[in-house]
Amino acid sequence: MIPLALQPFTPNLIDDARQILGYDFMQNAVLAGTFTALAAGLVGYYVVLRNEVFTSDALGHVAFTGGLGALLAGLQLLLGVFASTIAVAVGMGTLGGRARGRDVAIGTIFAWVLGVGVLFLSLYTSTRSGSGGGTAGVSILFGSILGLQQAQAAITAAAAVITTLGLFAIARPLLFISVDPDVAAARGVPTALVTVLFLILLGATVAEAVQAVGALLIFGLMVTPAAIAQRLTTRPFMGLLLSGALAIAFVWAGLALAFYVAYPASFFITALAFGTYLATMIFGRVAALRGALA
Amino acid sequence: MAQQGLSWDLLADLQLLLQFHFMQNALLVGTLVAILAGAIGYFVVLRGQSFATHMLSQVGFPGAAAGVLVHTSPVLGLIVFCVAGALGIGWTGRSVDAGRRGESAAVGSILAFSLALGLLFFRLYAGSAQGIYGFLFGTILGITDSDVLLTAATTVVGLAVIAVIGRPLLFASVDPDAAEARGVRVRAISIAFLILVALSVAETVQVIGTLLIFALLVTPAAAAQRLTARPGLGLALTIALSVLFMWSGLAIAYFSLYPVGFFVTSLAFATYLAIRLFRAASRDHHRPAMETAT
Repeated sequence: MIPLALQPFTPNLIDDARQILGYDFMQNAVLAGTFTALAAGLVGYYVVLRNEVFTSDALGHVAFTGGLGALLAGLQLLLGVFASTIAVAVGMGTLGGRARGRDVAIGTIFAWVLGVGVLFLSLYTSTRSGSGGGTAGVSILFGSILGLQQAQAAITAAAAVITTLGLFAIARPLLFISVDPDVAAARGVPTALVTVLFLILLGATVAEAVQAVGALLIFGLMVTPAAIAQRLTTRPFMGLLLSGALAIAFVWAGLALAFYVAYPASFFITALAFGTYLATMIFGRVAALRGALA
Repeated sequence: MAQQGLSWDLLADLQLLLQFHFMQNALLVGTLVAILAGAIGYFVVLRGQSFATHMLSQVGFPGAAAGVLVHTSPVLGLIVFCVAGALGIGWTGRSVDAGRRGESAAVGSILAFSLALGLLFFRLYAGSAQGIYGFLFGTILGITDSDVLLTAATTVVGLAVIAVIGRPLLFASVDPDAAEARGVRVRAISIAFLILVALSVAETVQVIGTLLIFALLVTPAAAAQRLTARPGLGLALTIALSVLFMWSGLAIAYFSLYPVGFFVTSLAFATYLAIRLFRAASRDHHRPAMETAT
């Protein structure tokens, strides 16, 4: 169903929204994007708080290889992405403190994981006809939110809703563990269980975010909104909600921009997030400077 | 291409390998790149700067795309962006590492934005998926004669600078305080070294790509430093391993038609794993009662 002519952007935002949502692919993108952004913003808040930024980077690499591996085996891409990220997230978490601070070993392993992904990509594009000259790889790396099928969008949105609910269920003990693990353990919080649950949620969120912004750009949705929120408020649940709201705002604005300007949505989402982060940082510096002068 | 298979006659294999101009260029550039990457990588691991290396490579990605976009050499774009990134890191004056919360969030945001910028540049150029893959994962095709010259020039300059600052750099890396007290200009040397890393990253990206440079810049050095503590020997071993990975990777890629990045990262990973297992086994052998804590 394609409306006859694409109207240009007008100052009447309600008309614009109606126009944007008149397309199936935009409906799918908004559906998947909104819930993914919510989950990513919320989980990302804990990722930044727990200083696990580079775990999510590594999981993005795993998603690339897992997704292409599934395609190669004739399975659903989503299945491979979810299975691989959740398995590796839990694996990394249970190896626990042993893996921390060993960036050489981790870097070597994940460079190899990506290398395997490249092999899969090459095998996939050379063995399957009609795979579009290797665009499958690009869409995993940089996202394909405007190309989602209705079923994919529905699955992604449902997974994101489950992730969000799961996070709310463990939000309070997880916060306690993240801020002061020793005291939390002494107070009887089941530290190991909550940590594993969080890692499962993290793996699932990365898998969802890969759909929206791509394996390489998940930072833009998982880390940047949370980093902005933590600069703006020190109150934890306020920050958590702000992070989720910012992520949704970036996705909506990014989708709208991509609708009118024919460049990748993931670029706009990432650029908006980064610009806001930069503005918050500069604003914070200026405010601090004024405070020092006054 | 009328390509014959691999045989036991190594001389004939070598002739096959060198019969095409693109392969001569790839081997030439690969060798130059591996030598510089090995030499720089030794100090990168010694100084614990593998994360800064990772960061510079991703900052280089939009540089390569911009080079393509404005019709100059992508290597030139890589060099400009990587050196600018190195100066940026040097200018903030702090050591970039993945361990600090605020910093890793900031770095993560910058990385996502710079990859997204690279994607935008590629779309502006209307480049194919293969073009993006080449810079993300490396390629043995399309290295031009002018790239060879540029690479040769940067390698010579890089090695000359290393020869001049090698000794104070080693001193400053092992014991910065003592070096400072002895009159070594530690800060100037560390900025000079970051620029060297940038040059080396820019070169390496053209063969094995933005996402896989760990395999040449970090893993050989990490492996060598597990085998010997003597700096001269370690440096030589690092360069030898790096060149070995590169040559075998290029040769296998040529005969198998699968991506070079996969083979280089797999060789690096396997070697690193073998050395770690070997060291762990020999330590168990000598001290059977002690736990192998690393």
